Amino acid sequence: MADQQTYYVPEQSKWPIVATVGLGVTLYSVASIMVKSGQGESTTGAWVTFFIGALIMAYMLFGWFGNVIRESRSGLYSPQMDRSFRWGMSWFIFSEVMFFAAFFGALFYVRVFAVPWLGGEGDRGSSAMLWDGFQATWPLINNPNPEAYPAPESVIGPWGLPLVNTILLVTSSFTITVAHHALKAGHRKKIKIWMAATIALALGFLILQAEEYMHAYQELNLTLESGIYGSTFFMLTGFHGAHVTLGTLMLVIMLIRVSKGHFTADQHFGFEAAAWYWHFVDVVWLGLFVFVYII
Amino acid sequence: MRVHAKRAGALVGGLLFSAWSFADWTMNMTPGVTGTSNSIFSLHMTILWICVVIGVVVFGVMFWSIFAHRKSQGYKPANFHENTVVEVLWTIIPLAILVAMAIPATATLVDMYDTSESEVDIKITGYQWKWQYEYLDEEFGYFSNLATPRDQINNRQEKGENYLLEVDNPLIVPVGKKVRLLLTANDVIHSWWVPDFGVKKDAIPGFINEAWTRVDKPGIYRGQCTELCGKDHGFMPIVVKAVPEEEYNTWVAEQKAAAEKERELTQKDWTLAELMERGEKAYQTSCAACHQPDGSGAPPAFPALKGSPIATGDIAAHMDIVVHGKSGTAMQAFGSQLSEVDLAAVITFERNAWGNNTGDMVTPKQIFDYKNQQ
Amino acid sequence: MSAVADTHTQEHHHGPARGISRWLLTTNHKDIGTMYLVFSFTMFLLGGCMAMVIRAELFQPGLQIVQPEFFNQMTTMHGLIMVFGAVMPAFVGLANWMLPLMIGAPDMALPRMNNWSFWLLPCAFLILVSTLFMEGGAPNFGWTFYAPLSTTYGPPSTTFFIFAVHIMGISSIMGAINVIATILNLRAPGMTLMKMPLFVWTWLITAFLLIAVMPVLAGVVTMMLMDINFGTSFFDASGGGDPVLFQHVFWFFGHPEVYIMILPAFGAVSHIIPAFSRKPLFGYASMVYAVGAIALLSFIVWAHHMFTVGIPVAGQLFFMYATMLIAVPTGVKVFNWVATMFRGSLSFEAPMLFAVAFVILFTIGGFSGLMLAIAPSDFQYHDTYFVVAHFHYVLVPGAIFGIFASAYFWLPKWTGHMYDETLAKTHFWLSFIGMNLAFFPMHFLGLAGMPRRIPDYALQFADFNMVSSVGAFMFGATQLLFLFIVVKCVRGGKAAAAKPWDGAEGLEWTVPSPAPYHTFATPPEVK
Ligand code: HEA
Ligand code: HEA
Ligand code: HEC
Ligand code: CUA
Ligand SMILES: [Cu+2]
Repeated sequence: MADQQTYYVPEQSKWPIVATVGLGVTLYSVASIMVKSGQGESTTGAWVTFFIGALIMAYMLFGWFGNVIRESRSGLYSPQMDRSFRWGMSWFIFSEVMFFAAFFGALFYVRVFAVPWLGGEGDRGSSAMLWDGFQATWPLINNPNPEAYPAPESVIGPWGLPLVNTILLVTSSFTITVAHHALKAGHRKKIKIWMAATIALALGFLILQAEEYMHAYQELNLTLESGIYGSTFFMLTGFHGAHVTLGTLMLVIMLIRVSKGHFTADQHFGFEAAAWYWHFVDVVWLGLFVFVYII
Repeated sequence: MRVHAKRAGALVGGLLFSAWSFADWTMNMTPGVTGTSNSIFSLHMTILWICVVIGVVVFGVMFWSIFAHRKSQGYKPANFHENTVVEVLWTIIPLAILVAMAIPATATLVDMYDTSESEVDIKITGYQWKWQYEYLDEEFGYFSNLATPRDQINNRQEKGENYLLEVDNPLIVPVGKKVRLLLTANDVIHSWWVPDFGVKKDAIPGFINEAWTRVDKPGIYRGQCTELCGKDHGFMPIVVKAVPEEEYNTWVAEQKAAAEKERELTQKDWTLAELMERGEKAYQTSCAACHQPDGSGAPPAFPALKGSPIATGDIAAHMDIVVHGKSGTAMQAFGSQLSEVDLAAVITFERNAWGNNTGDMVTPKQIFDYKNQQ
Repeated sequence: MSAVADTHTQEHHHGPARGISRWLLTTNHKDIGTMYLVFSFTMFLLGGCMAMVIRAELFQPGLQIVQPEFFNQMTTMHGLIMVFGAVMPAFVGLANWMLPLMIGAPDMALPRMNNWSFWLLPCAFLILVSTLFMEGGAPNFGWTFYAPLSTTYGPPSTTFFIFAVHIMGISSIMGAINVIATILNLRAPGMTLMKMPLFVWTWLITAFLLIAVMPVLAGVVTMMLMDINFGTSFFDASGGGDPVLFQHVFWFFGHPEVYIMILPAFGAVSHIIPAFSRKPLFGYASMVYAVGAIALLSFIVWAHHMFTVGIPVAGQLFFMYATMLIAVPTGVKVFNWVATMFRGSLSFEAPMLFAVAFVILFTIGGFSGLMLAIAPSDFQYHDTYFVVAHFHYVLVPGAIFGIFASAYFWLPKWTGHMYDETLAKTHFWLSFIGMNLAFFPMHFLGLAGMPRRIPDYALQFADFNMVSSVGAFMFGATQLLFLFIVVKCVRGGKAAAAKPWDGAEGLEWTVPSPAPYHTFATPPEVK
């Protein structure tokens, strides 16, 4: 390629191995906590190692990203390097899309196949023999075996909080784009205002979602344990919420970096990566709004 | 190198020859005894031969190059590396072969899915690790357990002719009738397979799958569970006896009468010795697989009953776990699987065997009342 | 034009650091490639030992050396370790070593992440193997871990298994991202996509498959985790879920996964056969399109593993047709390899022996795959040893022979020494015979009706099982010879030329043997 420039190959680094130890310790502890609490044993030790693991992870994240930022600011990263980061981030987002695809797939499958079959329709409709009195509906407000899985009283309609949340997120996608344009134009102050607005919208979203969960758990008996509706509902919205949290964190870090004077009008991949991620989270939400809440 | 090749060739040849010289090793699928299994067999043979022919052609060309175009023979390489005509050809021809295979396959498949107009309906439920057969039109049913003695499995006794393929109560079907099978499971996924019928279908907890068969030749047919279902997956065989219609009808009548008699037994006055005797039998068929013949279990997965707090403690708790099982564990609800008599017998047995000398006796009536008060 | 940015002292750039820190902290693609390969071979031995336990138990009817519970753990761990621990890391190792050399890049695109991808693997397998020592034993539900056997009825260690799978998934995804970024961004000037070596092409497509399906695997184990620990009912009909949902999601990952385990081998063989035929690869373009077609088709065939679960007949037919279609592009590849050999000037050093055996035996495995694809026949084959025969034919002489062929082909480049050709040929012939003896009789066993995943079997299966076990022991023992050959080659031997194979082509043969620690700091020009 004619435009090939210097490619920076970093020297030895301790961060990968620190990250491995951190992740390993954290996840092993999480598994121990789950297994032990399932068996009614004490989980104190596992919690201790969990916090140790989490601390190592935090140390690693600060260290590794700090390292990258320093390298970037000392001008080591050529445009070619920048392209590597872009490919990396794009394919990472694609992998996230596929992760959500698994849960959306599960939702479609139960709605289109499993639940109607259990209710007596279609090819495996004779299954209804096993479930006296079960009616296939969606949202599923009676379960095949209500003793094992008490059904929710009702579910959350789309036109209340979820609609507000949709508006918040869609707006935030606009504000982040405005901030991006400001960055390209070099208006520091404007960037900060619009990024702060984005973060505010994101926090608003998270607060409303927490509100919605509380409502579901306390008033509707819509929980993880209330059958397949609750299972798909909380897994999809829950993982989305976790991604919003992560995205918000990224935006906060970007705001801090902007305040510190990082980024130039044409070199600001860190910012763009956060913005891409934010748009991805937004698109997933639109999918959720349509397929989980409306239809 | 060629010396090696020759030696290897001789070795393989020798081994293959000795393999074939053994008398009747089954090496191929058998055609089976139903229309379905026959169509499957002929599909199988067709594809097999097509593959063999393709293989002979492709490897033929390859071996020709290996022998004729060797560097050690001084062969100079050609330099071609493209030819659109052959590339198109060897895309189209396999496609055509595949289409030719797909046509009979489709026909067979559609036929296998047609469960309408059945004359006998049997519900088959997979349990860890046994099958339950319920005759839906006749309102009776029973369990079918492995009958091979543990001693044969553990090499303490000569293995019998139908080692691992024999059961206490085979499924009985009438010949010449379309039998619809409704398959489900109680715990994990099992799969019901009788090769001679060409029927294999998964038994999935909470759902019912349908399959059908029509056996024209009376006889005994054997199969196995073919979905990994835990520890004793290899020990849940299937035996089907196809009998002429009159014989089938008498058998059905007997079964109904026996079911009636069993209900009467509940009212009978039992002695401890009688219950212990019957309990031991029931224990060995239903419980020993997990809790072991000597009640020692296989902790931690399967608790020991010898000295178990439940089996030596409160009778109600004991009845509860046997009748209702414990959900989320392999301990099933035996209340729906065993008769009141067997439940009473097995509980009595557990409370008095292996040094659990509680002296308690649980009668069928107690079980009956216990079940009814719920 | 460019050079590698040099921010450190000269001496660092001439060679690796000393001691353990070289391996722990490295960012060098060659070091990381080596670590992947060593790790993979270790796992191959471990998974192989488990296979030996399986074969020893199946040597005769009756329970001899292990109990059924433990047998199931062995089967499960064998499958998991071989698939995720042996085959996949071996290919990533080859990719790390060879991709930068083949495309003229100074290193992988994201070197630190590269090291992290590797180190996560030992971490994941430490957790996985530790389950063997936990209360209730290791996972015992097969490498396909069907619910509800793996959820409601799974041992407590299942939760650890799930997190191990998550870590492996993270490792694979990051590895794949790195591969894609490297290939798309770091090619030497002049190397257009359609000039890329085939190994690079197959890895590009493999990496795409990995990124597309590993998250789905993560998704399905996450659903399991929730069902086990948080009361959801994805796979439980009493809450409106379906155990079969598990299988759909698993196989949406699982089928592309099997091509992940074969495509890089296709690529390597497409280098080796031309090299030892002294003739260019026949049909380069159609090879590339065929791999693309296989990859795309692999997303729409998953339910061929589930023909007996009661899918509606229309679905059954769709998946049958789609599966059969895969034979067409795969056939194109086989025909192209044969056409490459045709009228070449062939010689049979170890890499070529393994490559030729690969083509023949993989095709046999492909034929049995095609038979399995015919849905009505699959009702008889499914979950019998016929399936076990099929997949060992595509995996052992497919993936594993592909890896052996690559190892012998590139060992001179890695170590700077020639391996011992006589020993290598012995390794080949013993492996070839042992492997066929072990796995060919499994076809007969399956057709005669022996189910898979059973620790004990009826008497009519006894003879073939004994033959199979003997073959397996022979094949297994032979692999120690491979270890010996490699160690010997690393420690010394005839010095290798920069291009030890006269017919070989590609940038990797333009650098000296052993390849210097840093190569292509200045990218070469490709015409
Ligand atoms: C490297 C791994 C690999 C590869 C490449 C393949 C390749 C194929 N596999 Fe295989 N398969 C597995 C690994 C693999 N498989 C595994 C691990 C399992 C079991 C999983 C488990 O349950 O544990 C499995 C199981 C499996 C099943 C399920 C069986 C069952 O459980 O009942 C099926 C069914 O369709 C199948 C089909 C195929 C087909 C059609 C191909 C095709 O890609 C093959 C194509 C190749 C050829 C056909 C040969 C060359 C072609 C020609 C020479 C052209 C001319 C030919 C004709 C026109 C016939 N495979
Ligand atoms: C790439 C994948 C891969 C590879 C390479 C192998 C390699 C082997 N497999 Fe594998 N196998 C699978 C993938 C693989 N397998 C999968 C996915 C399953 C399904 C699991 C499931 O059902 O869930 C399976 C299942 C499976 C079964 C069926 C189990 C059952 O259904 O109950 C059997 C039975 O014979 C078997 C045998 C072997 C043997 C003998 C080898 C040999 O090739 C191994 C040879 C290697 C060695 C032996 C190691 C090196 C040698 C030493 C360390 C020295 C010691 C040697 C001696 C003591 C002789 N395998
Ligand atoms: C498929 C395996 C299996 C079979 C068959 C089985 N059990 Fe159990 N049994 C279990 C398991 C697992 C438990 C432990 C349940 C728990 O976790 O509390 C158990 C627990 C028990 C207990 C309580 C023991 C204690 O101390 O906790 C009794 C009593 C018992 N079973 C009786 C029986 C009887 C009677 C039968 C036959 C009619 C039987 N079991 C058949 C698996 C089985
Ligand atoms: Cu039941 Cu396997
Ligand atoms: Cu497949």
